[in-house]
Amino acid sequence: MPVVIVDGQEIEIGADERLNCIEAARRAGKEIPHYCWHPGLSVVASCRMCLIETGQRDAATGKVSMVPKLVPGCQTPVKDGTVIVTESDLVKESRARVEEALLIDHPIDCPICDKAGECLLQDYHFEHGQAERRADLHAFTSRRRDVGPTVTLFVDRCIMCTRCVRFTREVSGEAELMVTSRGAKEEIDVFPGFPLDNKLAGNVVDLCPVGALGDKDFLYQQRVWFLKREANVCGGCAAGCSIHTEHNQDTVYRIKPRENMHVNKWWICDEGRYGWHHLHDPARLLEAGRRELTTSRHATPEFKAVEWSDVVTRLRDDLKAAGRLAVAVSPMLTVEEAWMLCAVARSIDPQAYLAVGHVPSTAADETFPGGFTIRGEKCPNRLGVAGVIALFDAAVHTWTDLVAHVREGHADAAWITAGYPTDPTSTPWIDAETAAAFAELKCLVVQDLFDSPLAKHATWRLPAAGFAERAGTWVNVAHRAQSFDKAIRAPAGVWPEGRLFWNMLGRRGLYDAVAVRHQIAESSATFAALAGEMPATGVDLRLQQLAST
Amino acid sequence: MKPSDPGINWLEEKPLGLAERLYLPLFLQGLTTTARHMVSPKLTVNYPETRPTVGNPLIYRGVHRLNRDEEGRVKCVACFLCATACPAHCIDIVATESPWPDREKYPESFQIDELRCIFCGMCEEACPVDAIELTSLLDLTGKSREEMIFDKEKLLSVYDMTKDSEPMKSAELGGTL
Ligand code: SF4
Ligand code: SF4
Ligand code: SF4
Ligand code: FES
Repeated sequence: MPVVIVDGQEIEIGADERLNCIEAARRAGKEIPHYCWHPGLSVVASCRMCLIETGQRDAATGKVSMVPKLVPGCQTPVKDGTVIVTESDLVKESRARVEEALLIDHPIDCPICDKAGECLLQDYHFEHGQAERRADLHAFTSRRRDVGPTVTLFVDRCIMCTRCVRFTREVSGEAELMVTSRGAKEEIDVFPGFPLDNKLAGNVVDLCPVGALGDKDFLYQQRVWFLKREANVCGGCAAGCSIHTEHNQDTVYRIKPRENMHVNKWWICDEGRYGWHHLHDPARLLEAGRRELTTSRHATPEFKAVEWSDVVTRLRDDLKAAGRLAVAVSPMLTVEEAWMLCAVARSIDPQAYLAVGHVPSTAADETFPGGFTIRGEKCPNRLGVAGVIALFDAAVHTWTDLVAHVREGHADAAWITAGYPTDPTSTPWIDAETAAAFAELKCLVVQDLFDSPLAKHATWRLPAAGFAERAGTWVNVAHRAQSFDKAIRAPAGVWPEGRLFWNMLGRRGLYDAVAVRHQIAESSATFAALAGEMPATGVDLRLQQLAST
Repeated sequence: MKPSDPGINWLEEKPLGLAERLYLPLFLQGLTTTARHMVSPKLTVNYPETRPTVGNPLIYRGVHRLNRDEEGRVKCVACFLCATACPAHCIDIVATESPWPDREKYPESFQIDELRCIFCGMCEEACPVDAIELTSLLDLTGKSREEMIFDKEKLLSVYDMTKDSEPMKSAELGGTL
């Protein structure tokens, strides 16, 4: 095994690992400050913040010969015997000088900069900079430049690391951003008429180590130090990107990608990034309602609010009284919720017809030059739900099967879980014609985020939870299961599906997704991998199945 | 912290000496204090008929004001540092892009719950542009709780009211103006 010596500490690295000094030092617990280097982008070694001393230890004699000048750690690969010195006076002085140079033409408008609190320039200056700057410059306002529909550039805050430029060239592939002018006059810009407008554009804001690139959606909404983050999974498409939901007082403010080398690496698409606004849409359904029997079924919906504790019992009674039950298990539900729903349904009607709910999808998958793929299937858990249904039934029906089943009159009652983020401005997930198939049922339960043509025929209209309000596990298109906890509480009046199903199963206390997950893992081979503690990056269900057969 | 913690320095109470046990010297000591106060000048005033005198109004911690810049606009840049520093969590700011070309961010709304405030002055301390200051106004009354939540206009009007008697902290106090 090759051995690298970091500040006198010997660490072993893998024989075929290709690490640079920053990565190797990190293994030894030493952080080498860096701006321009990012593991997902090409190396330019232009910021000079990562300068360190290196050398080579002679394997035979053990004598160390040092390179006489400082080298950029990001660009220097390590091999057996590489010596890295990250804390010598020379290195420290170099860092202080880089910081000083960067601050000479920086506006230092931290009080109004959205990046303050998570800015590398601030952090590094605090750690490696010098207390006073020698140049007598006065603070000035940063010029602002519109570079695209979602992103704005504060020109003078930029430290010219070119991460953003490399991202648009190497990962998103549209190459909208460029460097204009040279030397001290260098600036980031777009070519007139070609704004930064691609489906991954928002990532440049995360990449920017300083506050130069700002997200218009988040601009001035909240100071970052007020935000709390929860490791979640994006529900926007079947890719199931790992995200951080950043929130404060039950309000989501932004979504950030969470590094997961098995899924999304460091990126997310803009659809997912801005796909949380429906959570706080005033049009959301916020109370459980049952249509009063006195009003005509075909009149305008008139739901009377029902207490949730009553829903638990009355819903069961209604469905039981109606007879043959058909259930659509929404691919927006988590594995735990789906499992409990199937269990509830089968306890009401042992022959209940179980189908995977409507799977919203757009065109084909879209892959970007950097390998990032946005899936055409616009729901996070089709595979998980299908896997759960397979535990209860030999046949896994689809939504189309279920609609036909109901049309042909094989069902007296239907329970449709939906929870699709189709707010009133977008096309409802179900059209009036399909919804009409459910018109003649004795009892129709619709559980959804927003009103839809289907709710017109509903006996019970129950609110659903949004993605950040759920707890459980989603299985993405590549069979990777990721578990997460809820980030925010559902709005007042809304019981997330998990809580309702948990109570309908007669279980006591609060809904505990982890307990349900363990129960599922114990009782089935498909989900055996979900046992125990789940790693933050999830587990591959297929690998586990291969291993167990 | 447990009693066994090595960080605790346990002290033994000293045994009473003769003077303490006799009780009389301590009694006289107490009486002297009382007597001294009987002849010293009175500090209490008949508030509100008589107004108390405020030592240095520039450092007194009374009702807040929001200062204006040279053009009469609110000086605050909505950085939230006061709200962050405030131990009573009584400052509520909604920030937005400013309508002026020379300024980037400003508070769309700025509210202080004066009933919740503990008048510690942390907000004034935290402000990078000296926009928020505590004045020497000390009688703060209102008919309802809502009335005591001061909004931006009210806070700016406090500035207009006090700007002549209590100039903005500038040169000698290290202000930014
Ligand atoms: S805008 Fe940000 S990411 Fe782009 S070069 Fe400047 S500092 Fe780097
Ligand atoms: S004086 Fe203290 S308690 Fe009152 S608003 Fe300022 S920081 Fe908050
Ligand atoms: S600290 Fe000053 S500038 Fe910042 S929000 Fe408070 S009053 Fe405004
Ligand atoms: S990170 Fe190595 S030079 Fe910028």
